[in-house]
Amino acid sequence: MTLLRERTEPAGAATSGRGAPPGSGARLWRHLGRYWQLWVLLLPAIAFTAVFAYVPMYGIQLAFREFDFQAGLTGGEWVGLKYFEVFFSSPMFGTVLRNTLTISIATLVVGFLAPIALALVINQIVNATRKRFMQTATYLPHFISIVVVVGMLQVLLNPSNGTVTRLFSGAGLDLDLLGDPDLFVPVYVISEVWQHCGWNSIIYLAALASVDTQLYEAARIDGANRLHLIRHVDIPALVPTMIILFILTMGGVLSTGFEKVWLMQNALNLPVSEVIATYTYRIGILGNQFSLGTAIGLFNTVINFLFLVVTNWLAKKFADTSLW
Amino acid sequence: MTRLSALRARTPGDIAFSVVLAIVCAVILFVTIYPLWFVAIASISEPRLVATGQVTFLPQNMSLFGYEQIFADDRIWTGYRNTVVYTVVGTALNMVVTMPAAFALSRREFRPRRVLMLFFAFTMFFSGGLIPQYLLYRDIGLLDNWLVFILPTALNVYNLIIARAFFENALPEELFEAATLDGVDYFRYFLNIALPLSKAILSVIALYYLVQHWNDFFTGLIFVRDYELQPLQIVLRDILLSNQAFAGGAGGAGGSGGAYGQDFADQIKYGVIIVSTLPVLLLYPFLQKYFEKGVMIGSVKG
Repeated sequence: MTLLRERTEPAGAATSGRGAPPGSGARLWRHLGRYWQLWVLLLPAIAFTAVFAYVPMYGIQLAFREFDFQAGLTGGEWVGLKYFEVFFSSPMFGTVLRNTLTISIATLVVGFLAPIALALVINQIVNATRKRFMQTATYLPHFISIVVVVGMLQVLLNPSNGTVTRLFSGAGLDLDLLGDPDLFVPVYVISEVWQHCGWNSIIYLAALASVDTQLYEAARIDGANRLHLIRHVDIPALVPTMIILFILTMGGVLSTGFEKVWLMQNALNLPVSEVIATYTYRIGILGNQFSLGTAIGLFNTVINFLFLVVTNWLAKKFADTSLW
Repeated sequence: MTRLSALRARTPGDIAFSVVLAIVCAVILFVTIYPLWFVAIASISEPRLVATGQVTFLPQNMSLFGYEQIFADDRIWTGYRNTVVYTVVGTALNMVVTMPAAFALSRREFRPRRVLMLFFAFTMFFSGGLIPQYLLYRDIGLLDNWLVFILPTALNVYNLIIARAFFENALPEELFEAATLDGVDYFRYFLNIALPLSKAILSVIALYYLVQHWNDFFTGLIFVRDYELQPLQIVLRDILLSNQAFAGGAGGAGGSGGAYGQDFADQIKYGVIIVSTLPVLLLYPFLQKYFEKGVMIGSVKG
């Protein structure tokens, strides 16, 4: 092991490491002597992460303090759980929690299953050119900005002259696709699937491409038809990938995409479309209640993190697959 | 090739399967592409015909009214210019921060890499939240400062992981050992050997960052008030969603302009969607294979 490291270390770094003084810091000096160049390469990334990810984490204490304009991030007087109590006892708590869960679970379930189904379908296309075309076309919407997607929803679903609205009224259904609170979640979820389903299917297609072809042949000889192949060869091949992606999505159970919900909100759908992320923005930044906003944000982060850890633990225990 | 023969039709059941498959694919294609196609043709058709549902598959009575209005509007060009600057400068910084770090983390003999990976990956799942972020930016003077579009997003951990996986798996270890015997140090190995062999991953990561900057709406909404600094996405929001009056006077879709004004406002919206998405749509067919490659590399678990 040591031998290997001796041999693979860069010559220049090695000689500079030799002169390290013995003593308590000797190992550190030897390490730096060998690897200082790697540390230099890492420095910008470490610095940006420390400042823009870890300093805000340090500012979480604001959730337990009064906000003080002078003190800024580190806050003023310690008030303990006061702002959590304010949030939990506010009439909005139940509403935003319910809305967030509804939207994210609906998105999670549909958004998780749709790419798998799409990958299974695309994988069945035998002709390579057609398969390529199908992939190219379905990935495309992923690269359109959220503003444009919501803008398209606004014009296509417009209650007076939208093309999709007209399609429904042609079928005898008069729907207000943008205003009806009952339709907010379906419109949100379907447009999510429209935009990201193709892109999210890539990873499953990669898993399907690595399936041992002899399995297909063997199953064919045993009299399997193509549905059997999907059921007994393709789907089992996807299970490990499915579990990993499922853990990752569970880590976002309380994070609905702020931008899209914010853009889709209007006076009519607000009772069902106000979610934790938009509420944090409204209270914290638009309303200047920094401590309360931090507390709400922390609540959100902690729940997400717990879901991630628990799902990961369950997956490790029962499926032998995990993130860490 | 054996796989293809295994999927080839053999029985009447297989033929029925192929027919159903073709129909399903056709429906998926239509649903994916038609909304975009409709916006494109609606943007060059006579607004009244679009509003009354007479434009379905092909443009009717070509009219460039919407585009004339858009090209005459300063806001869009300011937004465009800002977005191009933020995208170019931002992506350059992204690459300078991400690639060296990914390379360093890919070196197996570098022991602290496990802890460092944890340091980076933790931020994917845990964050200080919006308010501390906002206050930090306020304290260091990033509010209403164009650098807010560049600095906070300098490192995307997901991209870091993809790039690291590439360096780990695509570059043979013998190469490093041979270079080391020749007295090459880490700096020179990274710059002169690793990077030139990594054009595939460089383009993937650069493209991910480009798209991220081009579509960034959040930063402008929350951290910037000065309209001169706003990127294209904020201008788009104002035109598409907030129904702000348009320079040409055909806007005011809030109701004052009547149905006629609404039709013209809609045509402007269709046009704006096309103008803002065009760069991505034009580049897409050429770049698509790179995007996909990124997902494949990233899926190599590491």
